Parts: sequence; structure tokens; C-alpha cells
Amino acid sequence: MEAIRVENLTKRYPHTLAVDDISFTLAPGQILGLLGGNGAGKTTTIAMLLGLLVPTSGNITVLGRDMAMDRFAALARMNFSSPYIALPARLTVRENLVVYGHLYNVPNLNRRIGKLAEQFNLGALLNRPAGELSAGQKTRVALAKSLINEPELLLLDEPTASLDPDTGDYVRGVLEDYRRTQGAAILLASHNMGEVERLCDNVLMLKTGRIVDRGPPAELIARYGREDMEQVFLHIARSETL
Amino acid sequence: MIRRIWGMLYRHAAMYRRSWPRLAEIAYWPTLNMLIWGFTSTYIATAHGAPRAVAAGGLISGVLLWEIMLRGQLGVTIGFLEEIWSRNLGHLFVSPLRPGELLGALVIVSAVRTLVGLLPATIIAYLLYSYNILALGPVVLLFFINLLVMGWWVALGIVSLLFRYGAGAEALAWTIAFGVTPLACVYYPLTALPGWLQPFAQALPAAHIFEGLRSALLGHGMDWRQFTLATGLNAAWALAAILVFAGEFRRARVRGALLAIGE
Repeated sequence: MEAIRVENLTKRYPHTLAVDDISFTLAPGQILGLLGGNGAGKTTTIAMLLGLLVPTSGNITVLGRDMAMDRFAALARMNFSSPYIALPARLTVRENLVVYGHLYNVPNLNRRIGKLAEQFNLGALLNRPAGELSAGQKTRVALAKSLINEPELLLLDEPTASLDPDTGDYVRGVLEDYRRTQGAAILLASHNMGEVERLCDNVLMLKTGRIVDRGPPAELIARYGREDMEQVFLHIARSETL
Repeated sequence: MIRRIWGMLYRHAAMYRRSWPRLAEIAYWPTLNMLIWGFTSTYIATAHGAPRAVAAGGLISGVLLWEIMLRGQLGVTIGFLEEIWSRNLGHLFVSPLRPGELLGALVIVSAVRTLVGLLPATIIAYLLYSYNILALGPVVLLFFINLLVMGWWVALGIVSLLFRYGAGAEALAWTIAFGVTPLACVYYPLTALPGWLQPFAQALPAAHIFEGLRSALLGHGMDWRQFTLATGLNAAWALAAILVFAGEFRRARVRGALLAIGE
């Protein structure tokens, strides 16, 4: 069973075709990169995968559940992190994790929070209000929240944006470790091409709502005769024929 | 389900514990209102003699009971707005928390806020104006529940507007319920309204609740007909509000409004 199966997914707004008939799958234990410039359809695709947005047409199955009919069963087994949404600023880091631990029905919650605090080096931050944290600290807390329920599927939007290189590298290590030990699938939207090369088994290149290319990063680099994913990205973004 | 609702209750309890302005806001307006109307009532009672005392009692009980509806409504809408202000809705709506559970938690928060918020006003009414609303007996509880339910369905309508128009509709959370006040017949009988306006007032549970309250204050006992009308209207309006909410939530998911509700 795939973690994600997307078939002929389309999202049309009155004046825009945001996602245009895309299909892909993501297997358990795999990391799939969703790449594209601004307005390529990444956020819209993720929003539909999370059930925040109803597709115009097409089917989404997440962890064996049809998102149109049974999204809450899937949502309990997945999680999401984005630096563009926040956690309540007045609540401490621990309180925020407790809230989401309850929402995701996490057993042995205190032990789980302790483990996440250790993993993301949050020990000294647990009793501080989330609103008082730096951008990088908030990102670490958001990632800890996204792992609170040990999700089988993790959707990450720019997971290391606003992290310094050292912490970003550490977080990428945590994600690799999480994928390896839990066999979790990860869908990653990122503009950090180094991160994509390091983490992703496969990549979908989106442009104006369509998948214009796909494959493992090394294969894409070879196919386009470039040195790295950054150059592949720029080539595709600037190409008028793709 | 219970654990998810508990999670949201914990979220609000933690927030109030750390924010004295939010705590003060709960009781500030009911207390201020009680002071203003309490002194007005005392003046009416002393200046015009004993028969007016009944009217004065009607004013004070009206203030207290109408605040139940206002606080009930604000409790739900402010609770929802807190999630918009903290940009947390995106996390909540991709968690297993159902919209109904979110509303369930907000309704409980609203009930607690209302009780806590009205406590100082109730004590002031007793200490300063010798008015004990509990002396009306168990009927107070029936009025209380009906007004709280009315506050909740008004709030549900406002939350639906927030789904449709985003945070730009925030001002409605503070003003809509106050706009209903002239039709609620809180301080005067239904017959005080012009004939053409009375059917609109009669469509609201509040007008029947306050007609019943005046009956109880005048010593005529509980007016069960008015109570039944108020309860039936509340049920009908609540059902309509739930249907509107479900429709607007669905439409927000189609339009992508949940992604930009804070803007």
C-alpha cells in the first residue's frame, strides 16, 4: 500500500488552473521532493493532500484512505509542518506539544515529549512561551509537533527555512533517521536544492500546475547534463518549452 | 473525541492562565454594565416609589441575563478568532480534530467564560442594589440555558461569516449580537415595539425569554408558553446555524479560504 496515491488531480479556481491533472505515488520509507517556483502548485497540492482544499477533480488516497470520504482516519496517522503557520504564542512549548499530543491521541505523552525535546534539543525551551522563541527555535518546535504522533506520512513545507546551516543539517539528520527507523514516507517541498539532493529518493518538478519532469535527483542531474539540482531547477524554471 | 476536545480545553486554559488582559476582559463589560444600569435602576426605584422597583428589578435582571447571550456568543467567536490571530488554524484543520469537536470545545469554553464573567456582576447586584437574581428560583437556570444557546448559534453564524469573508469579518464578532438587542425586548415588553417590528422580535428566542422573565418578576410564575416558544425557536435557529456552518466550511475548503483565513 502506498503512503500517497494521487490520480489525475486538478484544482481549478475561477481564474486560475492551480494544479493540472497530476498523478504520482509515494511508497512507505521514501522521501519525495515537490519542487517548483512560486505559483507552481506545490502549496495547493499539499493543501489537497491534507484535506484543507477540495480538488476540482481526481482522487487522493493517503495511507489507504480516500481523502474525499475518510480524511480524518488518514489525518490521525500523518502530520504536517510549515514555517508559514504558527503555534499559539502564549502557550509554552510543552503546552503546545501537550495540546497536539491530545489531538493526535498520543499514548505516554510526557515520555514522547521528553524524547522529542531530546531529539530537537528543546529541553531548555520547554517552559518558554512559543512566541518568545527565535525563528529557528520555532521551526524546531514545529518539527517536534509534526512528529508528536509518530506519523507514517510526514508532509513538510520548507522544513529547514530560517534554520542556521548547522541546525538545518542536524534537522535533516533527524528526518533521515526518522524515515529509516520508522519506515515513514515524507513529502518535502523545499527550495533548498542541497537538501533535496541529500534527502529525496525522487523528485517531482512542478511548473504552472503540471508535473514537467520526475525522477531521482542524480538521474535528473544527468538527464539535463547539469552539475546539481540547483542548475536543474533553474533550467526547468527558465525553459519556455517545458 | 473526548481527548481531542480536552486538548482544546487545555489549550484555552493554558492561554487564559498566562494572560491577565484576557481574564479581565471576561468580566469587565458585564461588571461595567451592571454598575451603570444598577445605579440607573436605584435612581428609578427611589425617585418614583415602590411600584417602579419592579421595573428596576427588571432592568437589573435584564442586564444580567442579556449578558449571558452576549458573553456566550463572544466566548465562541473569540475562541475561534484566537486560532486565527495565532495562525494556528492550519495546524488544527490538518489534525484529526473534527470541526464539530472544535465547536464543542469552544462551547464549553464559552459556558465557563460566561459563568466566570457574570460572577462579579451578580455579586455587585446583590451587594450594591440588594438584587438577588437567584431568588427567581430554578427558572433562572432555564433562562440561562436558553440565552446561552442563543449566543452559541449567533456565534456559529459569525464563524460562518469568518469562513466566507476571512478575518475581515472580525468586527462582526463584536457587533452583531449588540445589533440584535433592540429586538430582544430586554428592557421593555414586546408591545413597546411598533407593530411592524414585533414579528421580527417574535422570531427571536430572546423576546420570549424576557417576556417570561417579566412574568416571573411580576409574581405570575413561570410562563411556560413563552419558554416553549423560546426553546423551539432556539432549536430551529441552532439547526439552521449548524447547516450554514457546515455549508460555509465546505465552501471554504473548495475556495481555498482555509489557507488564507487570517488575511
